[in-house]
Amino acid sequence: MKLTGAQIFFECLKKEGVEVIFGFPGGAVLDIYHEMPNHPIRHILVRHEQGAAHMADGYARATGKVGVCLVTSGPGATNTVTGIATAYMDSVPMVIFTGQVPTPLIGNDAFQEVDIVGITRPCTKHNYLVKDVNDLARIIREAFYLARTGRPGPVLVDLPKDVIQASTEFRYPKAVHLRGYRPTVEPHQGQIHRAWELLKTAKRPVLYAGGGVIISSAHKELLRLAEMLQAPVTTTLMGLGGFPAVIKKENGERVLHPLWLGMLGMHGTFRANMAVQNCDVLFAIGARFDDRVTGKISGFAPKAKIIHIDVDPTSISKNVLVDIPIVGDCKKALQRLNELVEKEPIENLEEIRFPWLDQIRQWRETYPLAYKQEGEGIKPQYVVEKIFELASEDAIITTEVGQNQMWTAQYFHFTRPRTLLTSGGLGTMGYGLPAAIGAQVAFPDRLVIDVAGDGSIQMNIQEMMTAVCNDLPVKIAILNNRFLGMVRQWQELFYNKNYCATCLDASPDFVKLADAYGAVGLRATKPEDVEPVLREAFSTRRPVMMDFWVNPEEGVYPMVPAGKEISEMLLV
Amino acid sequence: MSMTRPNGLKHTIGVLVENQPGVLSRVAGLFSGRGFNIESLTVAETNEPGLSRITLVTTGDQHILEQIIKQLNKLVNVIKVFDFRDTEFVEREMALIKVRAEQHTRAEVLRIVDIFRAKVVDVSPHFYTIEVTGDDGKIQAILELLGQIGIVEVARTGKAALARAKKH
Ligand SMILES: Cc1ncc(C[n+]2csc(CCOP(=O)(O)OP(=O)(O)O)c2C)c(N)n1
Ligand SMILES: [Mg+2]
Repeated sequence: MKLTGAQIFFECLKKEGVEVIFGFPGGAVLDIYHEMPNHPIRHILVRHEQGAAHMADGYARATGKVGVCLVTSGPGATNTVTGIATAYMDSVPMVIFTGQVPTPLIGNDAFQEVDIVGITRPCTKHNYLVKDVNDLARIIREAFYLARTGRPGPVLVDLPKDVIQASTEFRYPKAVHLRGYRPTVEPHQGQIHRAWELLKTAKRPVLYAGGGVIISSAHKELLRLAEMLQAPVTTTLMGLGGFPAVIKKENGERVLHPLWLGMLGMHGTFRANMAVQNCDVLFAIGARFDDRVTGKISGFAPKAKIIHIDVDPTSISKNVLVDIPIVGDCKKALQRLNELVEKEPIENLEEIRFPWLDQIRQWRETYPLAYKQEGEGIKPQYVVEKIFELASEDAIITTEVGQNQMWTAQYFHFTRPRTLLTSGGLGTMGYGLPAAIGAQVAFPDRLVIDVAGDGSIQMNIQEMMTAVCNDLPVKIAILNNRFLGMVRQWQELFYNKNYCATCLDASPDFVKLADAYGAVGLRATKPEDVEPVLREAFSTRRPVMMDFWVNPEEGVYPMVPAGKEISEMLLV
Repeated sequence: MSMTRPNGLKHTIGVLVENQPGVLSRVAGLFSGRGFNIESLTVAETNEPGLSRITLVTTGDQHILEQIIKQLNKLVNVIKVFDFRDTEFVEREMALIKVRAEQHTRAEVLRIVDIFRAKVVDVSPHFYTIEVTGDDGKIQAILELLGQIGIVEVARTGKAALARAKKH
């Protein structure tokens, strides 16, 4: 039996196990929307296509599945670009379907025509223009395969209107044949042996884990390795949740894991940055030596031999020369390595490691993460601490970008993978709310909280409506400092306190705004309001927007000024 | 392998690609987007249906070259990258050179054509168009000699390269 392109589209999504699409209609995709009611798939109607892309991204990060969005041609397509670039930088598996003008019109500057394949070439893992309905099933199959395998990423499929209207026999390819795409998953055993030889003799090892640990679900293996080697662990922003920052004592009290260093880099902890600068072996696991992590690159980890596992060979020796490269999946590589360590445990480990762990303990005690609770106002760090205290352990936290994001990274102690969703690579303001909605769609019963800034939240505020009308009870905690705070902080420190264009004293009344959307609005202006507001929000089964009036002058510390080595931190 | 080779050395890279729309712009976009240089680039179909071969000449130190090769390999439509650094290879380029050929210089032009085993492919009252094939050195040399007589226009193909077959 012949099916139309639109029918084939839904058959393919069914084969891929897609349960939900985030989308927004328009002329070029009307045939798909016309067909949609005949299929059991869930569609979330967004209010802006950027929201659709971030929702698909949040859904994908929270679940590990491929996130899907569907938008029309021209402006619908261009509105997704920031969301696509965000996902690309953070290796998030996504498939974006865009409508396109009919093939005979392509290139004619037709109404709502844009070369979205050309536009997104540098920010997708791969992309396709489907020119023939006979290629449609194969291309969709390939798109999903590419999105989720190897180093995951967004794949865009552009669907001309006439292709969607045409009919053909539906056959879903069993296998994918891509001659030029064979990611290395299985690590080279010889390299694993070399890594073990080096780790065995290390006196001051540091494990430096990135988003790759989360993507490959290697968190258990990482913990096992850290314990067996008694090696301290730091992670990047993307790696938070890949190692349990706190553990529960018998009395239920949560204390820092003794091997946990905290995040490293520009706003890393004192002990993490000092440990990296003084370690003799640095073991990078699914991390890519981003400039926000390394600071001045020539001075990064100067005493260390470096081992690096990454599934993407281009990440290895890109910024920092590596002594032992291991191309492959983090989980597989750590499993192989752990087998070697188990066979040959290091003798007198406690004794050997004592001076190093003791040094780290001293660094932690001398300069712990801290802020001063002074005056009347609410400290933003206090709000994050309270959120951590009151949120359930399986809560999912998203962030916007700026100080709110860094305080969350510092003061919320993540213990589980896929519980922090944040735009690390692109740093996209406006990411947090739609990402939270995407996560809430995947996990309707979990607590999902967007820790927001008063600036960022306004970049995709329209998605409040999506949350409300789909009964998605996301919580938004605005750390309202009446500033584009992170930019203000740079102006304070490096631009002579010239606060040009960073003051946001004109913002909407967020409580009234929440009300206008049909959500719940709450406000806290004094420290003692914080806990009651959070408790009320967390026990409400509706979307809640919390407006925390925090100290406008607060800065994020430690801070490594751009171009400095990461040991050269400004402390509070 | 040493990591220190002076900057700016030329390297020839072969890239076997699937003949898909946009593949050339993926390759070219990679170079412009990442700030790599392209000195020359040629592309045409191979004997295998659906496959094209790009030969490109780039400059950069070993570290950059390593990145270029990895990044090319990462493109989904790229099937194989030929890194000629550690292999013997042959490379050739063709140039069409339109040169002023008046009464008193024609003989000299023809003599140069002869020496370089080039060909005159178009003749008009005042100009000859010459076709020459060779490596970089040869093309440079003929351009220099003809330049003294008066070159009007030059079109070069860029290099095509293949690894030498193993002799044993
Ligand atoms: C889309 C976008 N535009 C601009 C920036 C630059 N930027 C980074 S942080 C920041 C300030 C964010 O302000 P706010 O959301 O209030 O967060 P705060 O730092 O005050 O917590 C800006 C403008 C960005 N990251 N993203
Ligand atoms: Mg702010």
